[in-house]
Formats: sequence, structure tokens, C-alpha cells
Amino acid sequence: MRFTNPKHSLSTVDPSGETSVSLLPTTPEDMWHAHNLIAESDLLRAHAIRKVVTTTSTGSTTSERVHTDLTIRVQSVFFDPAASSLHVSGTVCQENPHVSLGQHHTLDLELNRPFQLWKRSGWDSVALKMLEEAVAEDTGEATCAVVMQEGLANICLITDFQTVIKQRVESNIPKKRAGGSASQGGMTSFYEKTLATLLRTIDFTKPRPLLLCSPGFVAQDFRGYMQSEGQKRTDKKLQRIAKDAVVVHSSTGYVHSLNEVLKSPEVQATMRDKRFTGETSLMDQLYERLRKDDGRAWYGAKPVERAVKEGAVGRGGGVLLINNKFFRSLDIKTRKRFVALVDKVKEDGGEARVLSSDHESGQRLDALGGIAAILTYPIFDLDEDEVEEGGNGEEGEPVEEGAMII
Amino acid sequence: MSRHQAVRNLDYEAELEDEYGYSDEEEELSPEDQVRMTEGTAQVLEALGVEAPKVTKAQIEESLYYYFFDVDKTIAYLISKYIDPPKKPAKAAPPKAAPKHDVATAGKKSANVQSNKKGPSSADGVTNQVGQLKIDDTPLPKSRNLNVLSEFEKTKGKKTASFVVVGHVDAGKSTMMGRLLLDLNVVDQRTVDKLRKEAEKIGKTSFALAWVLDQRHEERSRGVTIDIATNRFETDTTSFTILDAPGHRDFIPNMIAGASQADFAILVIDASTGAFESGLKGQTREHSLLIRSMGVSRIIVAVNKLDTVNWSQERFDEIRHQVAGFLTGTGFQPKNIAFVPVSGLHGDNLVRKTTDPAASWYTGNTLVEELEASEPSARALTKPLRMTISEVMRTPQSPISITGRIDAGSLQMGDALLVQPSGEKAYVKSLQVDDGEPADWAVAGQNVILHLSNIDAIHVRVGDIVCDPAKPIQCVDTFTLKALAFDILMPMQVDVHRGRLHAAGKIEAIDAILDKVTGKVIKKKPMIVKPGTVSRVRVTLHTKVPLEAGQRVVLRSGGQTVAAGLLE
Repeated sequence: MRFTNPKHSLSTVDPSGETSVSLLPTTPEDMWHAHNLIAESDLLRAHAIRKVVTTTSTGSTTSERVHTDLTIRVQSVFFDPAASSLHVSGTVCQENPHVSLGQHHTLDLELNRPFQLWKRSGWDSVALKMLEEAVAEDTGEATCAVVMQEGLANICLITDFQTVIKQRVESNIPKKRAGGSASQGGMTSFYEKTLATLLRTIDFTKPRPLLLCSPGFVAQDFRGYMQSEGQKRTDKKLQRIAKDAVVVHSSTGYVHSLNEVLKSPEVQATMRDKRFTGETSLMDQLYERLRKDDGRAWYGAKPVERAVKEGAVGRGGGVLLINNKFFRSLDIKTRKRFVALVDKVKEDGGEARVLSSDHESGQRLDALGGIAAILTYPIFDLDEDEVEEGGNGEEGEPVEEGAMII
Repeated sequence: MSRHQAVRNLDYEAELEDEYGYSDEEEELSPEDQVRMTEGTAQVLEALGVEAPKVTKAQIEESLYYYFFDVDKTIAYLISKYIDPPKKPAKAAPPKAAPKHDVATAGKKSANVQSNKKGPSSADGVTNQVGQLKIDDTPLPKSRNLNVLSEFEKTKGKKTASFVVVGHVDAGKSTMMGRLLLDLNVVDQRTVDKLRKEAEKIGKTSFALAWVLDQRHEERSRGVTIDIATNRFETDTTSFTILDAPGHRDFIPNMIAGASQADFAILVIDASTGAFESGLKGQTREHSLLIRSMGVSRIIVAVNKLDTVNWSQERFDEIRHQVAGFLTGTGFQPKNIAFVPVSGLHGDNLVRKTTDPAASWYTGNTLVEELEASEPSARALTKPLRMTISEVMRTPQSPISITGRIDAGSLQMGDALLVQPSGEKAYVKSLQVDDGEPADWAVAGQNVILHLSNIDAIHVRVGDIVCDPAKPIQCVDTFTLKALAFDILMPMQVDVHRGRLHAAGKIEAIDAILDKVTGKVIKKKPMIVKPGTVSRVRVTLHTKVPLEAGQRVVLRSGGQTVAAGLLE
């Protein structure tokens, strides 16, 4: 993404949001950035195609599609990660010859067509950070990962901000049985299907890292299959892909196993500079602390807010982890509260990381309620109030009798 | 525009009346027509003579009306239609061939009824209608309407039991089972010799016995079991099903699938120096936790490879002491634990007593005797039918045959089944029990092969549940679980396992920590759950899967078993 006007830069952005920022999305990833930037009740101006129906004096109607620019007040934003398309709907707030004020319209943002954005709540620090990320230079090719187990393969693309599941391959592998060995054929046809899908969905014209992850030997065998196929078809490209593929152990073939994959030494070595590996290790640190239960790690909005207020997330290892989902569709008041939280941490000298909820580490954080913090010193019983709140009204719960599970 | 719509509707309604609303006709008939109708009916009845009772008055009236009171045509029609009917496609599925209480058949029946009522629109019309309804011409499987439970009580055959063989990787599980099958003459020496020759070729002579069970190419080349192998053997009193589980940690999902089908377990322990200790930290521990939390209460510990330590009683006692302590801590009752010193490779104390003088100190049972002494757990015979599909395959009997162990209830040939989560119905064309013996019925606890009809392959997957359509299992994507934690639990991503079913999900919230014995709430909404404590957790899944209260599930995360529990 870049500013439409080359003279503009981050420093020229009006923090109040009164004047518009005009941006040009150039890659599919930019749509995801736009999704984060555009919030409810912002004003958005972009190119639109609208069906206009005119009624003549005799009552007959004609409809035509007109290309026009529309300004809408955003009501909802829908992002389709698989297609990288962004649909923003709202009411028209600037009249033009075709569309009157207050009519509803859904703008479909397109690549290489600029849009203008006025932020009603102004450009706060979080929004500015997002904009900075959006206009930053692309850091290279997205990593492709095939997470597989017997009969299941998830083909995903890991960019700096998202993990997109491109395709899921499922295939029925005959189980082994006395007297026959049909499963070998089943595995071969599964590999065949996976390879065909992989080559179809992922563009390998430019070299990009390929991770093959599975429990057991599936990934290894798949790589062997790719190699032998490459030789059989005398396909240089396929041979190269197979040769460069990295086989990593994961415990299952589901996408959330990517967490293990991203922290494995093989991946850390080759992809140290990638943003997502840093996030993964931060999440690991958090889990490790939670495990110890030493009062230095907390999750959930309330305890974290209290810890930040006390200044416990500050210089010397304090980290606030917060999902960007929090800033997406919140009302302005709540958004301000969380922005203040981020600002406070930064002021105290701590680290505030806004994680992408479309990433595996973000998904993990999501499980913890989307917000967590590592404190510089232990505080206990941050959650006490909550427990009491939960306790009211549930007092009369009947006590269960009977055998326990074990 | 809207007026056109109305006219169209009107036409349609009129048409509907023509077809179905014959009961209104009498009201619509003009007085003259009514006179002609009574006259015509009398004439027709007269003409039909003795055959007259075969048609009803309504049928005659209807036909008359249709043929505009042409008595001759009516008679010809009635004869062809009701009295001496030609073979009709609509009769392809005789109602008696269909099981009761079944929607699909009901549909067919009503189609029959409808076309009969419609009658005069000629037999061609009937065929068309039937064509539109896409009725399959093949008859539904015949049910013999047996009372399965009383049939089951009548049979006084051998008791059946299945056991799972678990233990750390390379403890010698597959080899031991291979030897057992060889000694019991389930496989012959020739087969084993052949395998040995093949194994020699790739320099793995000692794996020959394991290859009896490890039949997959990858398993043989790598020397590890990957998937559950099933085999069976019979003793004088019992027919056993072996489920040989993989020991490698990556294949624990397969081991869970095997353990869920077992009545009891054999835990194989490598007694050689160092191996026992590393196993206890590894899968020896995890497997015993898993089988216990899946409801297996009887465990036979086979202390294997004792020949490598010269049948040292000291070593055996040391292992017995440690493992017994550990197993009782896991929740096994001491009376349900048995220890047998064995050599899987040579077959000592498996089927025959050992002849090695160094092992003369052991006077107890052999492994097979211990197995025979084990009582299989009680079967849930009267509960609604539940069966987890462990395999879908193509057989000569049917393009879709499924195997699995019936968890609860019973079924018989011709039964309608519901496959969840697809919600599609299928019929049991035929079935085989245990060792491929064709049968008319099967009950809980038996391993069966069901040959299905009237269902498409995409609706049947491994891990799906087959159930009674009258009492179907529900598909859920959130559930609460009373879970025993093996590791620290907090809201996190987990894999949910139940038999072959494997789904990805996350722990949404931890509602409370419970007292282990009384089940009382100790702490509400804890941040984390410590290992060894029981808590109530809420789990959400990415997809809907068939689960119901009372089922046991296992939660795993990052390749570790983190909890097991009972659905609430």
C-alpha cells in the first residue's frame, strides 16, 4: 500500500482525521491492512459501480450501471481472507447525480484503485502504527506451509500479517488389514491430490519458502513423492521446489500446529527475520509464565488493565500483547480505552505488541481472550474481583454427586 | 405483474385440485352429472360382475369422471389398472420389504398411494411421476425383524473380548503379538519364514515377527508401527481381538482409536537396562493414563525382553514395584493389575511356560491364561445404537462398507442407520461379525463390517458415528467437559480425540475447579488448572461433530495429552 500522492508520508497525516488520507492498495495483503484501518463510522470514498434505475414519465423503467465515486459512512466491514477482498457497506453521505443522500451502498475495494479515508475518531497511536505497517515496503515472499497428516492436508500461506488457508485436501486412506496392503495406493493418491492442489493454488514462479509439516513420516514421504514426480515429469521447477522444501515436525495436521512449526529450530534458522516468528516466541514466553503461575503473567481484559494501571507492564521485560481484532469493530469509547492502555505501556517503557488475529499466534492469544501481559514484577490476585462477580447468583448451584471420572 | 401472478396461482390451484382434490368433485358435479354418475357406476359394477369387489366405488366414480362417463373405457381402464394389473414400476419396492418407521419408505408409500389415487391419468403418468421422484429400483434390504437381544441370549458361543497392546516405542509390542499369533497357529511358520527372508534383505531380521502385524510399506521400512493392526485368535473359552497400537508419540491418535475399542489392555514394558526408565517417562506413562481415562480398567503388564537381563527376578520385581505404584496412582485397582515376565521374541510365558532354568522362579500364569481370566466389561446392549466408524472401504458386497466396534445397542440386517455428522440415512445390506462370519445381527462389543446401501460415499467418513435414526446422536460444536488435567490447562488450542474422531478446537473457558471426589466447586473461573486436578471446562470446536453426554474424550495439545474427561 502506498499514499496516492507521493508527497504525502506518515508525518503529513492529520492526527485529528479531519483531512483525508488517500491510499492505493497494490497487493492482496493491502486489503487486509485496509480492513484494519477502516473502522465503523469512518468516512470512505472510493470508486463504485452502481445500478441506477430511472423511471420515465410513462412508467417504464430502464436500469444502467454507472461508474462513479461514492463517499459513505461506514457501517460494517467484511473481509474475505481467502479471496483478499474487502466489502465496506454504509450510507452515502455525499450526494451526486446518481445516488441520493442516505442510500445504502457497499463499496468493493479493488486493487490499484485509490480510496480516501477520514477517520472520525482521529488517527490514534494504534491506527498510526497500523498505517505505518501498511505503507511499509513489502518484506518479501509469503511462506507456504503444508500442514498434513494421513488423509488431511492444509495448504496455507503465511504472510507477515496473516495465515491464509488456501485449500484443504481430504482423502480417505484405507486402513491396514490382514491380507492386503491397499493403504499404499491410498497414500500415493493422497500425495498426488495434495501436490496437484499445491501447485494449482500457490504460485511458485518466484521462489518462496515451502514448509512441509506433519507428525510421523507423512511430510518426509510427501517430499520424496515430489522429488520422484519431478524426475518422472522432468519438471525442473518441481524438482527445485522439492529440493528447497523444509520438512518440520508437527503433532497434528491441523492448522494450529503451525505454532509448533514456527518455533522449531529449522524454521527459526531460515526465517529469523520474519515478523511471525517473533510473535510466536512471545506467545511461548507468555504461556511459559502462565504455566509457572508466578503472578507475572495475566490474561483477560480486566486483570491486564489493572496491571497496566499499576505500572507493572513497563521497563525491563513488560510486554502487552493485544489482538488487532480489539481495535477493529469496537465503539469509539472502548477503542480509546485500549489505545490508552497501549500508550501507557509505551510510556512506561514496556513493549506493546499488536498481534494479528489472522495469524496463528494471534489465534492463540484469542483463546486467552485476545489480551494478555507479561509483568515486570509479580502481582497476585488481580482476578479476585472477577471471581466474586461470577460468584453472585450462582450460589444455589446444586452440588453434584456421584463418581468422578477417575 | 402481480395480477399475472395471481392468475398463475389460480391455475396452479385448479390443477392441484384436478390431481388431488377429488373429494371435492361431488360438490362440484352438476345435478345432471350426478345422475349420469350413479347410472354409470351401476353399469360398471354390473359389467365387472364377480370382479366388482376388487374396486371401490370411489375408484369407479373417479374413472367415470375422467373418461366423461364413457362406461366402456372406464371398465377397460379399471380392469387393466386394478383387477388384472400389468407389472408396474411403482410396485418395485413392495412395502413389506421395507423396515418400519422410515421416512424414505414412507415417501415411497405415499408415492404409490398418490399415483393410485391419481389413477386415470394412465399408467404412463404414473411412470413419469415415479421417474420424477427418483425412486431407486433396487429393493431395500429385507429385515427379518428379529429380536436381537433375545437372539443374542440364545447363542451360547464363546465369549468375545478385545484388548489393546500399548507401551513405549520399541518395547516389542508388535513382535510379541506376532509371536503370540505364530504360537497359536494363527499364522504359519512358512509365512514367518518368508517375512524373515524379506526382513533379512533390508537388514532387519529381528523385525520379522512384527511384520506379521506391520503390513504397511512405511511400517516395514522404518520398523515402527504407524496404525492400529487388528487380528484375532481363539482360545478354548474366548475369541480375542488384538488391537496392536503404535508406540511412537506421533501416532497417539491412532493408539487412542485402538484403545477406544478395547475391553482391557496389555502394557508392554521393555525390561532391558535403560529402556524401562526412558519408557516410564515417555509413552508408558502417557498410554496408561490414556487407557485409564478411556474407561479400560483391567491391565496386564507384560515385562518384556527379560531374557536380555538373564531372567533376573530382581529386575522384574523392581519394575513390578514401580509400575504397580504408578498404575494405582493413575486409578487402576490393584486387583485389576497382573504382571507376567515374558520374552516376546522367543515366546516364553506367552502361550507356553518358559523352559529357561533362569526363569524357574516364576510360577504364575502365562499371558494367554491371564487374558482368559479377564472378564470383558459389561456391554450397553439396551442403549440406542452407537458405532464409531473406524474404516470405510470398498468390498464386493457393497461400494461402501464400514468397520468398527458397536459401542452401544444392537443392529440387524435391513436396519436403517443414520450417519452423523452428515445426517444421511443408510441401510444395512448385509453384515459380518468378528472374523468375517456373515450374520443377521450384531450387538454392542462386537467388531463388525457393515455393508451399506442407499448412501453416497461422501457422507461416510472415518470417525463418523452410525446411530439409530429414531434416537440420533446430536452434532455439537461446543460442550462442557469434566476434565482431569494431566498438564496445565488454560484457555488454549486443543485437539479433541474420541476414538477415530479427531477434531481441532480450543478451550473456551474454565468454569470451575472441582473437588476430585465429591465434585463440589472449589474455585470458580480459575486462570489456570494445575495437573492432577479436576475442572469443568468449556470446549469449542471448529466443526460440528457427533458427541453426547457420558462420552469420554481426550484433549491433546502440541503433541501432549493434556486432559481427559467425561462430557456433561
